[in-house]
Amino acid sequence: MSAAIEVAGLRREFRVRAGLFAADRHVIAVDDVTFSIPAGSVLGIVGESGCGKTTLARLILGLLAPTGGTALVDGKRLFELDRKARARLIQPVFQDPFASLNPRRRIRDIVALPLAAQGTFSRGEIDKRVAQILERVGLSREMGERMPAQLSGGQRQRAAIARALVLEPRIVICDEPTSALDVSVQAQILNLLADLRRDLGLTYLFISHNLAVVEHVASEVAVMYLGRIVERNETDALFRSPRHPYTRALLDSVLTPEPGRGVPDVGLGDIMPDPANIPPGCRFHPRCRIAVERCGSVPPQPVVHADQGMVECHLA
Amino acid sequence: MSALLEIEDLQVTFGGTAAVRGASLRVEKGETHCLVGESGCGKSVTALAVMSLLARGGHRSAKRMSFAGTDLLSLSDRAMARIRGNRMSMIFQEPMTSLNPAFTVGSQMAEVLTRHKGASRGDALERAVALMGRVGITAPEMRLGQFPHQLSGGLRQRVMIAMALMCDPELLVADEPTTALDVTVQAQILRLLATLKRELGLSILLITHDLGIVARVADRVSVMYAGEVVERAPTAALFRAPQHPYTRGLLSCVPAPGRVRRDKPLGSIPGVVPTISPGFAGCAFRSRCAHADATCEHEIPRRVAGAAHDYLCRLAPTLAEPLPA
Repeated sequence: MSAAIEVAGLRREFRVRAGLFAADRHVIAVDDVTFSIPAGSVLGIVGESGCGKTTLARLILGLLAPTGGTALVDGKRLFELDRKARARLIQPVFQDPFASLNPRRRIRDIVALPLAAQGTFSRGEIDKRVAQILERVGLSREMGERMPAQLSGGQRQRAAIARALVLEPRIVICDEPTSALDVSVQAQILNLLADLRRDLGLTYLFISHNLAVVEHVASEVAVMYLGRIVERNETDALFRSPRHPYTRALLDSVLTPEPGRGVPDVGLGDIMPDPANIPPGCRFHPRCRIAVERCGSVPPQPVVHADQGMVECHLA
Repeated sequence: MSALLEIEDLQVTFGGTAAVRGASLRVEKGETHCLVGESGCGKSVTALAVMSLLARGGHRSAKRMSFAGTDLLSLSDRAMARIRGNRMSMIFQEPMTSLNPAFTVGSQMAEVLTRHKGASRGDALERAVALMGRVGITAPEMRLGQFPHQLSGGLRQRVMIAMALMCDPELLVADEPTTALDVTVQAQILRLLATLKRELGLSILLITHDLGIVARVADRVSVMYAGEVVERAPTAALFRAPQHPYTRGLLSCVPAPGRVRRDKPLGSIPGVVPTISPGFAGCAFRSRCAHADATCEHEIPRRVAGAAHDYLCRLAPTLAEPLPA
């Protein structure tokens, strides 16, 4: 299968003012991230808040400029494309459908905006495409006439999906697309995203902190920790036999609906990861149960095994 | 077991909207009772009604609402204020909105004890340090002088819990206490609550939308839908043999790791939670229910499915098929 997107060595630093007299601090939010997604499949990205997963999404969407690295889509260098060309290839669906839709516009105008912004579609063509995509995501013509405030959370997320798909992009970046929704509605939206991917041949980068959801939708999963991908593998393999201790801790912390099993001891301790203060050696070692001396001084290199994905750990 | 908190036929209205419609609930001494449901089902409003913290315009009435033998309905505001934060305390989803950003952690924690128990500031600070240690906050003395924004989300929630424990409450009401936190921190906080319950004999009313949390921490569960408690059961029974179509639908929506079929769609419940006006009759779930018929527009019986297990539906109890293995 050919890759829909190939990202190599992607990096983004932020400079943070530490105070009036203190030196500025450097936060490396995304550090040497490399992956590719085969066309038509789903790469899930998981990790705790602050691990850089949303920064990664913003870099690929062109909402932030990278400080290093490349991304190829359809053989084109993504970061050298202008906004219109990039918009035809990649579109986002964000977490909060309350914040991501302009409250003063009708739904059909919101969905039409990516087409109108291209400047190459006639009014009739725009109306036709908007009507088609609204129907495809399960919104009636009458819903299109409403304002976002008149829609439920699930309906708004459908509208956001319609807006993302109206330009027929190759890739959709889903950043926590169901986190703000109730479980019954979450299931509707996940099923819709799965149908659309199959029918339209879409490729997803699917970011979520909910591992159960990622297991359900992703074909491959990358685990991020303090800006780096520390493990990547095909979904079943990653969930069946996680190799990085951080992946294991993440999986242990998922509370499946199984009564009587209690809440597991994840064993990560009380030290929280701080992107402005990345530990030397393996960046996970202060929280790692099995760390040895070398983990505190020598950064582990990514090790790629055939059929076992990639892992970045001295002990894996 | 005896009931610590007993609510019978609670009604809460906000103008023309009925937020809670005849909810009945018992929290036994020493148990974790989960109130589960989707947003807008009335679970938070129920908790706020118990604490007498309803927003302006909210009106509460009930047949009975008693806490450790005290009738909460007849209490004056002052008498209620002496119980709240003292014998029953509450923690919220987003600790940043319930901590005062302008005061240090130490002064906010100490105030609880000086106000309710008339303790000296020194004694109160000493207890604050002890409790912070108890809930797993490292370097508690240092935290006393810090402001809420200097703490991480997990630490803030621990501070909230420590603060709620200052007066040794009998009941802790926790409204989505881990929803804003990472899964790793969530597991730590839930373990902490379970330990506190065991060691301090605390009773916990835990409000959540997350069935994974319910399964792992609850002794008993009340499922709310559109302002009603539609099913009540011991946790194991609820997951083994859910009766109400809403409970069953909710359970089918949760992707269960290990038995995921990526080629199959998740279960989902069509439609959305309706807004209920006062005077609404019949089952509020009927517009989304596959089993609904004309009888669902009339009064719905509460049926018994097992020991301490009842539900609100016209359908007779079934021995539910076990969840797909």
